[in-house]
Amino acid sequence: MPGADKETDLTERIEAFLADLKRGGSGTGPLRGSGEMARETTYLLRRITAQARWSSAGDLMEIIRNEGRRMTAAQPSETTVGNMVRRVLKIIREEYARSRGSSEETEQQESLHKLLTAGELSEENFRQHFVHLKANVIEAINELLTELDGTTDNIAMQALEHIHSNEVIMTVGRSRTVEAFLKDAARKRKFHVIVAECAPFCQGHEMATGLSKVGIETTVIADAAIFAVMSRVNKVIIGTQTVLANGGLRAVNGTHSVALAARHHSTPLIICAPMFKLSPQFPNEEDTFHKFVSPHEVLPFTAGSTLIENLFQCFILLRLFTKVSVTPEVINALSV
Amino acid sequence: SGLGMFSTIICGFLSPLVVKRLPEHVQVDDPAVVKRLAKKLERQQIPLRSDYGYKVSLFSHLHQYSRKAPLTQLLSIPSTVIHPSIVRLGLQYSQGIVAGSNARSVALLHAFKQVIRDYTTPPNEELSRDLVNKLKPYISFLNQCRPLSASMGNAIKYIKKEISNIPSQCKEEEAKTKLLKCIDRYIEEKIVLAAKAISKYAIEKISDGDVILVYGCSSLVNHILCEAFEKSRKFRVIVVDSRPRLEGREALRRLVQRGISCTYVLISALSYILPEVSKVFLGAHALLANGYVMSRVGTSQIALVARTFNVPVLVCCETYKFCERVQTDSFVSNELDDPDDLMVTRKGKTQLENWQDVSSLGLLNLVYDVTPPDFVDLVITDLGMIPCTSVPVVLRVKNLDQ
Repeated sequence: MPGADKETDLTERIEAFLADLKRGGSGTGPLRGSGEMARETTYLLRRITAQARWSSAGDLMEIIRNEGRRMTAAQPSETTVGNMVRRVLKIIREEYARSRGSSEETEQQESLHKLLTAGELSEENFRQHFVHLKANVIEAINELLTELDGTTDNIAMQALEHIHSNEVIMTVGRSRTVEAFLKDAARKRKFHVIVAECAPFCQGHEMATGLSKVGIETTVIADAAIFAVMSRVNKVIIGTQTVLANGGLRAVNGTHSVALAARHHSTPLIICAPMFKLSPQFPNEEDTFHKFVSPHEVLPFTAGSTLIENLFQCFILLRLFTKVSVTPEVINALSV
Repeated sequence: SGLGMFSTIICGFLSPLVVKRLPEHVQVDDPAVVKRLAKKLERQQIPLRSDYGYKVSLFSHLHQYSRKAPLTQLLSIPSTVIHPSIVRLGLQYSQGIVAGSNARSVALLHAFKQVIRDYTTPPNEELSRDLVNKLKPYISFLNQCRPLSASMGNAIKYIKKEISNIPSQCKEEEAKTKLLKCIDRYIEEKIVLAAKAISKYAIEKISDGDVILVYGCSSLVNHILCEAFEKSRKFRVIVVDSRPRLEGREALRRLVQRGISCTYVLISALSYILPEVSKVFLGAHALLANGYVMSRVGTSQIALVARTFNVPVLVCCETYKFCERVQTDSFVSNELDDPDDLMVTRKGKTQLENWQDVSSLGLLNLVYDVTPPDFVDLVITDLGMIPCTSVPVVLRVKNLDQ
């Protein structure tokens, strides 16, 4: 049966995606950047919409919610997956409302009404069947995909508003968005970039080679020198992994020190983040957002030969992501 | 206090007895100074070391040497001008075999002891004048191998003073024994006994259950922690380390060997680990006259983040490292290490392998940075526990003594 084939094909793809997510945790899997992750998630959700069996919007939302839960469980540190699932759910709700013919305003009033009264009303709202709902949803998801493709360029277009000539800009590690941002500004302005290397993965080196190839004056410094050179820096421009609901960031290790150093020298801190990185999560506890990987990057097992009897007393930590605490004091501009 | 706003006030007048000339190693961008140095070295028959690699424009006034081209390659063997123990010392400095403020000073003093032992006064010369002149090319040579540290500078000043104070009627053997004893006493008083005194004060500050953070490898801080452990204080240590030197591994080895339980992190994990920390102990390379602490690069970052988390920062420093210089940022006077150290090979690939070929790419390997006094809560010296701003007082007292 063709339907059954489609279904098995779909489940295979979902399983393959989950496996990629699990492997891609430490940045070593095939899905590398958040942008790719977001795009792959949206492709998969579009495929689910097209190929899964559903009759009403409620069914589809149930299916997508379940798959979304499985995806976030596979790799909790990748918040873009959850964000895209939420975007698609919102798209479905909107298309449903449009199909039903109710206007935007009444929809909002209804939601507030729903909040105040009991929740049973919301259950039946999505049970109606509309013929063109599937096509509309898929079209809307395609629009979302075009939006995703253009985010980096949209951010890069704003570069000249933020960078003047002869500036010294500091950045940390490697961010594709920031790289595009700086390269775009470099077409018209001359400025100097200082890149902190971000040990032990040293992604800053890649960033520096990329920037210097287009002729930007780049300097690579060690993480320890960040405060030492901060007094000569005019702006700090960094990327992030997630922007949290309170304005805080979940970013690569060491960003908090950079933010504090920038605040001490009253240097503006600018974050470049595409919209799929905005997350509705709050940083509830200090420890919920940290992600650890194997410490052998920090102290290789071979170095243990000098510490033989006492190695058990020694705890080595390598943290991948950090949570930067509250913002208005620390972040000056968010370029989305 | 009202003076808190001003980090330094530069006086327009100088006492006529103290004429300070700007040291050569911070005037590399001035061609006249470089020529003068080349002439001086030629007179002393010491080869001139050439700079290596593209220098970041902010630091064009400093030297940047490569470890792969030590000065000794340009010397003839055996060297007629420079004493062999000084040649060996210079090589040890430039290759990083002898590193750390105390270690370098002690090695220097031992090398000078050997020089004094092998010295014979030429006829018609006075020991007090000739020996000082003999030492000058050695000091230039060592300076070329690696810029002198503040502690070494103070030690050299002391030795020169002692040599000049030798009375002219003193016989050579007597004078030499006297000088050797002076040097031994200097090492004993200023370094060994000072470490004991500082440990005594510092151990008062360590209580049971403490979590102590240390950065890099400071011989004094390691000594304090080992002493505290001997005295059965219960604490654990967090060693923070940074690339490219990775000196923290040495500190980790020493502490773990004694049985102290340690955690090892890189400096980027600082904001994660600080909420657990109760005290931060830092070593210093020099304490400047305006209260700024000059230490290994990264120290100021640790002090800043510790201050944000309200963790007390204690700096341990012997008085012989106190310096009359004044500095407010890490640029005017610093040391640039070999830029190739920043390269790293991961998964068989070295990203920055051909950084020399790319004209717009520079690597910066700073060695020191300065920490403002508002980040430091206490300085523990052999004279006691003082706030950072009392450094000029100590210097004044020391000058009065001398």
